Amino acid sequence: MKNDEEIFEILKAKFGDSIIELNAKSPFEKVIVIAPLKIKEVSYFLRDDSELDFCSLVLLSGVDDANGEKVELEEGFKGIQGGTLSVYYHLESINQKQKATLKVSTSRENPEVESVSDVWRNADWHEREAFDMYGIKFLNHPDLRRILMPEDWEAGYPLRKDYRNPEFYQGMKVPY
Amino acid sequence: MIFDWLSSLIGNEIIAGIICACLPLFLFILPFALVAVLMERKVSAHMQDRLGPMRTGYHGIIQTIADILKLFQKEDIMSNEVDKPLFNIAPVLTFIGSYAAFAAIPFTSNFIGTKLDLGIVYILGVSSFGVVSILMAGWSSNNKYSLLGAMRSAAQLVSYEIPTFLVVVTLITVTGTTSLLNLSEMQTGHFWNWMILGGPGLNLTKFLLIPFMIVGAVIVFISTLAEVNRTPFDVPEADSELVAGYYTEYSGMKFAMFFLAEYANMFAVSAIVSALFFGGYQSPFGYLGNLLGVSWLVPFEQLFWFTLKGCLFVFVQMWLRWTLPRLRVDQLMTLCWKYLIPFAFANLLIVGLLVVL
Amino acid sequence: MALKTEEMVLNMGPQHPSTHGVLRLELELEGELVLNVRPHLGYLHRCFEKHCEAMTYPQVIPYVDRLDYLAAMSNELTYAITCEKLMNIQVPERVEYIRVIMVELQRIASHLVALGTFGLDIGAFTPFLYCFIDREKILSLFELTCGARMLYNYIWIGGLSHDLHPDFIRLAKEFVQYFKPHVAELNNLLSYNKIFIERTANVGVLPLEAAINYNITGPSLRGSGIKWDLRKNDPYSIYDKFDFDIPVGKGTFGQVGDCWDRYFVRVVEMEQSLRIIEQALEQIPEGDVTSALPKRVKPPEGTVYARTENPKGELGFFIVSNGSLNPYRVKVKPPSFVNLTVLGELCKGCFISDVIAILGSIDIVMGEVDR
Repeated sequence: MKNDEEIFEILKAKFGDSIIELNAKSPFEKVIVIAPLKIKEVSYFLRDDSELDFCSLVLLSGVDDANGEKVELEEGFKGIQGGTLSVYYHLESINQKQKATLKVSTSRENPEVESVSDVWRNADWHEREAFDMYGIKFLNHPDLRRILMPEDWEAGYPLRKDYRNPEFYQGMKVPY
Repeated sequence: MIFDWLSSLIGNEIIAGIICACLPLFLFILPFALVAVLMERKVSAHMQDRLGPMRTGYHGIIQTIADILKLFQKEDIMSNEVDKPLFNIAPVLTFIGSYAAFAAIPFTSNFIGTKLDLGIVYILGVSSFGVVSILMAGWSSNNKYSLLGAMRSAAQLVSYEIPTFLVVVTLITVTGTTSLLNLSEMQTGHFWNWMILGGPGLNLTKFLLIPFMIVGAVIVFISTLAEVNRTPFDVPEADSELVAGYYTEYSGMKFAMFFLAEYANMFAVSAIVSALFFGGYQSPFGYLGNLLGVSWLVPFEQLFWFTLKGCLFVFVQMWLRWTLPRLRVDQLMTLCWKYLIPFAFANLLIVGLLVVL
Repeated sequence: MALKTEEMVLNMGPQHPSTHGVLRLELELEGELVLNVRPHLGYLHRCFEKHCEAMTYPQVIPYVDRLDYLAAMSNELTYAITCEKLMNIQVPERVEYIRVIMVELQRIASHLVALGTFGLDIGAFTPFLYCFIDREKILSLFELTCGARMLYNYIWIGGLSHDLHPDFIRLAKEFVQYFKPHVAELNNLLSYNKIFIERTANVGVLPLEAAINYNITGPSLRGSGIKWDLRKNDPYSIYDKFDFDIPVGKGTFGQVGDCWDRYFVRVVEMEQSLRIIEQALEQIPEGDVTSALPKRVKPPEGTVYARTENPKGELGFFIVSNGSLNPYRVKVKPPSFVNLTVLGELCKGCFISDVIAILGSIDIVMGEVDR
């Protein structure tokens, strides 16, 4: 069983600059921040290395950091420009009885993250959900479609903090 | 008998024939379906720790009538894409198939639709009507569930007719008759004359036949159960897989026709099983009418025993339905082709040898 | 000339008797054989995660109830534990005991529905109603406790909304005694039925490797033969005080990890839950259940992930707090959603009837899948 610092050190030694930092801002869990386009390589290593052995991905969640600047796009409506969207990966090793949390941050305007659905198969749907809710594009994902929202939902990505309900969906009034 | 009596009464054979044909429908099948639907609901309810229908009449006894009235009033919904002629004919044809079988079933020694010498063969023949109508219903509905159900049903009915027929042939070799009336007459007297107990007469062959007759009765019961699409063989309807199978698209009275045909079929196969193996309309203990010298009482007693035996087997069918899960379609075929048919063949062979010896 | 054939695409659901809610499966069929299954979700999407961002922390609890509506108590417990971790609240011992009793009763209730509907999917109607009769008794116990039968809003952050009813302990003990023989009855009626075994053994075999890679949790994972239960492996609440076993699939009638194993793990789990309830009812201390309720839930900044062993699997909440009264982000780790991902893999090359059996055996609730 390794703690977060040890896992971070192992990764840092192996991948160098791709591993950005060990974020300990949250008092409850330490987060290893990774470059968004390297996450797949790192994930393969985390899964296949015999000491780390992170055999399952417990949760993959997108988060809108909303740390860009607020700009008035239309009257009375503030949009967000710049800043980042993040994806959190909660990993668990059943054999080694250890956990780890990874995070990648990607730009809000062109959010691109390498898909880990080859590494952990359940990431497939989690990534579709993150795409559905935040518009994060997972590169090399086999089937990146909306999953919970209707396939023809055109009003953007609902869990972004600057999301606004559309007036109409397929001719039906949305705000009731 | 009934027909002769009617034609002498009316003086016109055609009218007498029509009346005679309608009698089992109105006197028997419709009332039976009413009772059987209620019986099924009550049996299932009590097996499942429920009460079943309780509101309409005493313990819900007129629930079925209320249901029929409701079905009469229902809109006949038909999708645009159905093949209309076939869609309309199918429920009627199903009912014809099950109703036609009653023509050769002896209700009492006096009351049989037609005294066919080939009775049992005729019944097996007309029951194939069911396959045609089910295929028609499934195909014309233009619904994938219906189609799947119809395909399953056709395969199932065609397969399960084989063990039924083999057992029937076994019986024919023993009794030498294909008329159900003759067969029932042979089993008169007491219950030890029933075919399940080796048939009439008292000799060594009778006792040797008993185990094979029991095997035959079991086979014929299982395969007739499959022919009427009851659980555990209800894969064509499989409500948890195929919604309602071949009658998914039907509503109102057309649905009621299928429903009625199912219950009529249930009774028909029960009657056949009891006629083949359990003495048909014969009383197991001799007749009160004979004892008292009141000869007109005997047919009524026979009708009573016939109904009782039929209902008993219907009850067993319900009992199985509410106890057992459903087989998968390939397992259904395995059961038929790998177990029932070989057993039925072996049975036929051994019984044949016994009879020859 | 050969006949032209093509695969038939069968749209199973969203309105279908046995897709357990509004799941839509697109089946590619070749006759009765299933070539491919594509699940389509979202018919019950109620924007849970978006709602949470507009609510204060305690206001989320009623919404949490509606995730896995067959195991509302368990959901509440998970959410409460997550928030307590955020707030660093120690709850009184009596609260922990009551929570464990409730959650284990809920586990039995949820498994009863799972087993009953599984039987129904296979075509056995009667066990379904037997299960529901027993479930009714549990729901009556819940009704006695908090007035609701399905969606309780009972377990609050830092405590409970009410103390137990004075009769509860007695009635719960009566229920435990009443229910024990019923498990055996269910076994006789369904589990060891020859047809049922034929239908479920060797069907939908989920190998352990795949189960772990897919992060399948709960009875479905244990059915594949690994002793992995968060109550033992990552104990929360006071589960380390109780003596109980973790049942695993042994491949009794077929390969390890088939539908029958997944089914039977649930049956044995109900017995183990009864053991936990019995012990908890004996040991429950007196005390105040509302003493640790915070006046205002305003946790510090940070992210937290906490999880419990739900009847369906591992339920977790990932909460991002920005130090305000509303959660900044609530992400659910829904066990049904994750377990459903494996359906396509399990169903390749089986029969239509098996799709139903497999779907029943992984036991999903659409409220949780679609959120």
